[in-house]
Amino acid sequence: MTADTEIPAKIRLNAVNKIFTGDRGKLVALQDINLEIGESEFVCFVGPSGCGKSTLLRIVAGLERGFTGDAEVDGSPVNGPGRDRTVMFQEHALFPWLDVLGNVMFPLKLKPGLTDKERIEVAHYYLKLVGLETFERAAIHELSGGMKQRVALARALAPNPRVLLMDEPFAALDAMTREQLYGDLQRIHAARKKTILFVTHNVREAVCLGDRVLLFSPRPGRIRHEFKVDLPRPREFNDTALAALSRDITNELKTILAV
Amino acid sequence: MKNLIAALAIFAALAAGWEYTARNAGDASILIPAPTAVGAYLLKAAKSGELFDATLVTMRRLALGYIFGIAFGIPLGMITARFRLAHNTLGVIALGLQTLPSVCWVPLALLWFGQTETAMLFIVVMGTLWAVILATDHGIRQIPPLYREAAQTMGSSGFHLWFRVLAPASLPHIVSGTKQGWAFAWRSLMAAEIYVTILSGFGLGHLLHYGRELHAMDQVVGLMLLIIFIGFAADKVIFAPWETFLRKRWGLSKS
Repeated sequence: MTADTEIPAKIRLNAVNKIFTGDRGKLVALQDINLEIGESEFVCFVGPSGCGKSTLLRIVAGLERGFTGDAEVDGSPVNGPGRDRTVMFQEHALFPWLDVLGNVMFPLKLKPGLTDKERIEVAHYYLKLVGLETFERAAIHELSGGMKQRVALARALAPNPRVLLMDEPFAALDAMTREQLYGDLQRIHAARKKTILFVTHNVREAVCLGDRVLLFSPRPGRIRHEFKVDLPRPREFNDTALAALSRDITNELKTILAV
Repeated sequence: MKNLIAALAIFAALAAGWEYTARNAGDASILIPAPTAVGAYLLKAAKSGELFDATLVTMRRLALGYIFGIAFGIPLGMITARFRLAHNTLGVIALGLQTLPSVCWVPLALLWFGQTETAMLFIVVMGTLWAVILATDHGIRQIPPLYREAAQTMGSSGFHLWFRVLAPASLPHIVSGTKQGWAFAWRSLMAAEIYVTILSGFGLGHLLHYGRELHAMDQVVGLMLLIIFIGFAADKVIFAPWETFLRKRWGLSKS
C-alpha cells in the first residue's frame, strides 16, 4: 500500500460567474460565487434542477471552461481536468470494455511512479473498501446499479485524489442501496480524509453526509444559504435530529424558491 | 418450435406451388425452372467442383476488397470524426460517393485497369470504403461525452484517450459499420463479376452471367439461391453474434 502522503485540498472560488449562450439567448448559470472549502471538508450543494450546482462542480473538475472569476485548488488555478480531482457522475461512466478490476486500474495505470504490482495492490485495497473484492473479474453489465456506483467510487478513489467530486452519484439508485452507500461513503471519508464536494437535490442526503450544506437558487444560480451540520458521525439516515434539520433546510429552500 | 414448423410448412407450400406452376407452364417452363431442376443443377455443379471453385474465387476477391475497405475506412472515419475540416471535405465526398451504386464504377475501372483483378478490386473497394468511413465517423460521434470526461478526470488525454477510450467505446458502432461494409462489398463484387469478364478466375457472378447467356435458367436461379445463402450465412454466423455480444456488454440493449 502506498502511503497517503497527499493532503486533502483547500478549494477557493472567488467571484465565479458562468454564462451559457444558447439559441434562446443568455442563461446565467452561476452568479458571483464566493466559496472556501477547507481540508477534508465534506460540502454538499443542494438546489433544484438548473441552479448551477452541477456546473460549479464541473468548474472545479476542470470540465467546464469559459467562466469568469478564480477557481483555485491549493492556490493553483484550475486549468483543465486532472487526476488530483476525480469525479463520480450520476451515471456510473464505467468502461464496459474493461472488467471491474480493469476499471479501477484505469486511473492507476495513468499514474506515474508506481510499479504494476503496487497498482494492483491499490486496486484491490479500494475494491475491498467498497466491498467488491470478489467481483474483480466481473463484467460491468453483470453488476447491479448499486454495485456499479461502488466500482465508480473505487475508481474515483484509486488514484488517491486530493478532491473527490460527486455529481448526484446516488440519484438513480433505490432507497435501500442508497442508505447502504451513505454508510460506506461516511466510513471512507473518515478513513481517507478526502475533501468532498457532493451535488444532490435531496436535502436529507446532504444533511446525512455533509459538514456543510449550501443552498442554491436558480436563474441566476447563486448560493443563497449555508448550514453547518454539527451532528455526530457516523450519521444514520433515519435519525430524528437529522430529520429535524433536513426539515428546517427544506423549509428554507421552499422560501427561497417561492420568492 | 411451433412457429418453426409453421414457417417450414409455408416454405414447403411455396415450393410445391412453384413446382406445380413450372410443370404446367408449357413453353414458359424454360423461363420458370422447377425447384427440382434447380436442385439438380446445384447438386451436379457441386459434385463437379464448379460451385466450390467459383465460390473460392469470389470469396478471395471479397476478402481482399473488404480488408482494403476496412483498413482504409476505419482510420479515415476516425479522422473525419476528429477534424472538422476532414469532416467537411472527406466526409462530404464519402457521403456523395456512398450514394453512387458501385456498378457505376465499372466503366471507369475497365478504362483504368482493363479486364483485370485490379479492376474488380477497385470496384469492391469503392463500394465498401465510403460506407465504412461514414459508419466509423458516426460511431465515434455516438460515444457518450461522459466516457471522455470521466477519462479526462483520471488523467487520460491525447493518444491514450483516443486508443484506450474513444476507440473501444465506438467498437459496437464500428462493428455495425463493418457489417454494412460487408453488405456493400458483397453487392459490389456481384456487380463487378457480372459486368467485368476476366479470364483469371470465374466467380459466382460469372457463372450467373453465363447461365443467362446459355439460357440455363436452372443455373441462374440456383446461383441466386447460393448467393443469398452466402450473404445470409455471413450475417448470421459472423456478424450477428459479435453485434449481440458487443451491444449487451456495452449496455446498448437489454437482453
